[in-house]
Amino acid sequence: MSPAPILAAFRQSLGEAWAGGAGALLPLGFLGGAAVLVPLGIGSDGETLKAVGPGIIWVALALASLVTLERIFQADAEDGTLDLWLQAGAPVSAVAAAKTLAHWLSAGLPLALFSPLLALMFQAEASPSLLVNAGLYALGSLAFFFWGGVGAALSATVRRGGLLISLIALPLFVPTAIFGALAMSGGPGSTGAPLFLAASTLFACAVAPYAMAAALRLAAD
Amino acid sequence: MSSEARPLLSAIGLGMIRGERVLFRDVGLALRAGEALVLRGANGAGKTTLLRILAGLTRPEAGDVARGAGHHWIGHREGLKPQETPREHLKLWAQAWGSPTDSDPALSRMGLARPADVAGRYLSAGQRRRTALARLLLEDRPVWLLDEPYTALDAEGRALVDALIGEHRARGGAVIAAIHGEAGFAASGDLTL
Repeated sequence: MSPAPILAAFRQSLGEAWAGGAGALLPLGFLGGAAVLVPLGIGSDGETLKAVGPGIIWVALALASLVTLERIFQADAEDGTLDLWLQAGAPVSAVAAAKTLAHWLSAGLPLALFSPLLALMFQAEASPSLLVNAGLYALGSLAFFFWGGVGAALSATVRRGGLLISLIALPLFVPTAIFGALAMSGGPGSTGAPLFLAASTLFACAVAPYAMAAALRLAAD
Repeated sequence: MSSEARPLLSAIGLGMIRGERVLFRDVGLALRAGEALVLRGANGAGKTTLLRILAGLTRPEAGDVARGAGHHWIGHREGLKPQETPREHLKLWAQAWGSPTDSDPALSRMGLARPADVAGRYLSAGQRRRTALARLLLEDRPVWLLDEPYTALDAEGRALVDALIGEHRARGGAVIAAIHGEAGFAASGDLTL
């Protein structure tokens, strides 16, 4: 098996993610907007903001992944590209994983990298732990994107499938959200949490591509 | 080329149900080198579905398909992205298929030299069609599965498709095309659904 089709799928998805010049800016704007709205909603009390900050960033990451993923397979199914990928001679799971990874690199990773800045907006103290948290956000968002990709593949031929993606993917986000939040809480049990977070991400990366492949074959059938 | 040679593509007893309706049943075919089969039938008779079954995209309700050779698929949706230019499109698929072909000959052959760097969303339907057909020239594959290849093409474009099919058959390739109306090439067989 040659890796050429997988690399090509990755390249095409990167181009797609950046088409129109928006790319990472759209999810970043979304996250920034959410970060500005929250203090307006819950008041500007420093302690409260500090407590909810990490959670808000997790929620925003989850929502940003859903917003980004809504069209990745739907557009392929509509314009006939999906038929070509299914016949490209590469495992469909690998093509789907490459596409998901490309979208995570252009939307998920930039969000995670900007998270220290947002944490400061939520009154967090500037410390190296913010950078550690950025790594945890990156790890967790990878799981979000892979599970979201399963939802996107399942709703590839459904008009206005955005809501369906959320319904399918949000329950799958739960372990990642729990361990991610626990790892940042500093409370009891938080020392092992990053490992569980990594495990949940690994599980997503291992299982989701096969689920996506099955769903995409069904979508073309 | 002997007609006793193993068929490049064959199918027996294909049957398909869509909803509660039997689309077709007991369809069989064998395609050998140099042959061109034209699929005919009214709208909704199942021409596209049969082609998708032959391509392996759709699973038939009954019957079997045996593929003895690689195939090209040109569906009625071109597979061209709105932001993709014909040149980028051909480069991408050449890369995906691992064929290091230079896409320029394919572009000029299909009359796409001028709009080669225009994004898909600005191309006319005929230009998008020509871009899809240019994929046939990237890699030599024995079987071509064409769904309504003449759609949106002008007279010159249709003649070009006929010429490509003629050359392909002369090289020992085979074609199955779903066609409405008259085929410009001399088909070796008709299959009416």
